[in-house]
Amino acid sequence: MQRQNKLASFEQAVLPHLDAAYNLARWLTHNDADAEDVVQEAYLRAFRFFGGFHGEDGRAWLLGIVRNTTYTWMQRNRSAQLNMPLDDEVHEVKSADLNPEALLLQKADAQMVRQAVEELPVEFREVLVLRELDEMSYKQIAEVADLPLGTVMSRLARARKRLQQILASHTQTEVLS
Amino acid sequence: MICQTSQEFIHAYLDGELDLARSLEVEQHIQECQVCASAYRNQTALRSAFKDSSLYHSAPEGLEKRIRSSLRREANTEVGRRPFGWRWLPIGVAVAAVLLMAFVIWRAVPGLRPSGDELLAQEIASNHVRSLQLESHRTDVISSDQHTVKPWFDGKLDFAPPVKDFSSQGFPLIGGRLEYLNNRAVAALIYQRQKHYINLYIWPAGQSNATGEVAAKHQGYNLLHWTNSGMNYWAISDLNGVELQDFARLVQQAQ
Repeated sequence: MQRQNKLASFEQAVLPHLDAAYNLARWLTHNDADAEDVVQEAYLRAFRFFGGFHGEDGRAWLLGIVRNTTYTWMQRNRSAQLNMPLDDEVHEVKSADLNPEALLLQKADAQMVRQAVEELPVEFREVLVLRELDEMSYKQIAEVADLPLGTVMSRLARARKRLQQILASHTQTEVLS
Repeated sequence: MICQTSQEFIHAYLDGELDLARSLEVEQHIQECQVCASAYRNQTALRSAFKDSSLYHSAPEGLEKRIRSSLRREANTEVGRRPFGWRWLPIGVAVAAVLLMAFVIWRAVPGLRPSGDELLAQEIASNHVRSLQLESHRTDVISSDQHTVKPWFDGKLDFAPPVKDFSSQGFPLIGGRLEYLNNRAVAALIYQRQKHYINLYIWPAGQSNATGEVAAKHQGYNLLHWTNSGMNYWAISDLNGVELQDFARLVQQAQ
């Protein structure tokens, strides 16, 4: 009887966030089949840890597990992608450099954005996906990605600047060709 | 607000994460500064590009069904894995009942359990051995002078143990120390007979009437205990029983 209760309340609290789980896993793995595997595994893990969930924010809780599962999965299957350390200094972009790109950026369409986001380092990609596609607050992103609030803010700012650069370079080549 | 700050806060402003005062500052700055205004327009443009629903990867058809069935399997194995289910309850009750009965019998039949004196004799024998293992354990105060040893206990115990030196009778006082026996702090006096040591443990007795000596043997040591003038006495030594008896008589006569 107890296990029926656990299963029922788990399905009620966590299953509605399946789309968000899949979206995050798909953006992180770049691949449909991998994303399905990861999400399925993440749901099993979430069910095992469900005792530790106290009903605050089911989506953030689940996405945290999806993210961890994805990272473990990537370590196992393609560690090369994770071995690129995110050096915040290297990705720093001076604001003055951005201004010539201003007009180009306004022409960006969904297809271009998708391509540019795919090119971002995974740490930038995850905060952007959580913010722009799941419309999560900084606090929720901090919970999912296990980061301090201040880091969420600065990482998002850097991710967007980087995205701008990539988009600008794409649109420029388009104009030139 | 300067541009540098504005560039930092423009993202938080866009995300609605700034407090009201800061938001107003950013708004005002954007109106005044061309550079920041275009940066802001860029970000809003980027944001609207994200709004395109084709960027959101919805879960494929059938995934929810697969997850539901794998959850159901997991829920079933979880119960099987649980080691202490209700099915073990009768066995647990039976074991508890047997243990309870064994305890009751052990308490009811005196021969089966050590008496209080036996336990105490065991404790004293252990204490005696320990005191001889290291010279530093033997005494807290080294003196053959009873007028040094007796005041030493003052303030360390809630009673004043009688301390006498029997050098002239061949049992010189070596010293004294504090011990913890029978759930209380007690006085221990060390005497010597040739090469043998005697530990004499003293603490107040519950009753004031004197009892005669009771001899015992434990781990090869001779023990004698008696009650006199409201004090319990336990003497222990590897000395032979007769000489230990002589020593006990000396102690009793001195009071």
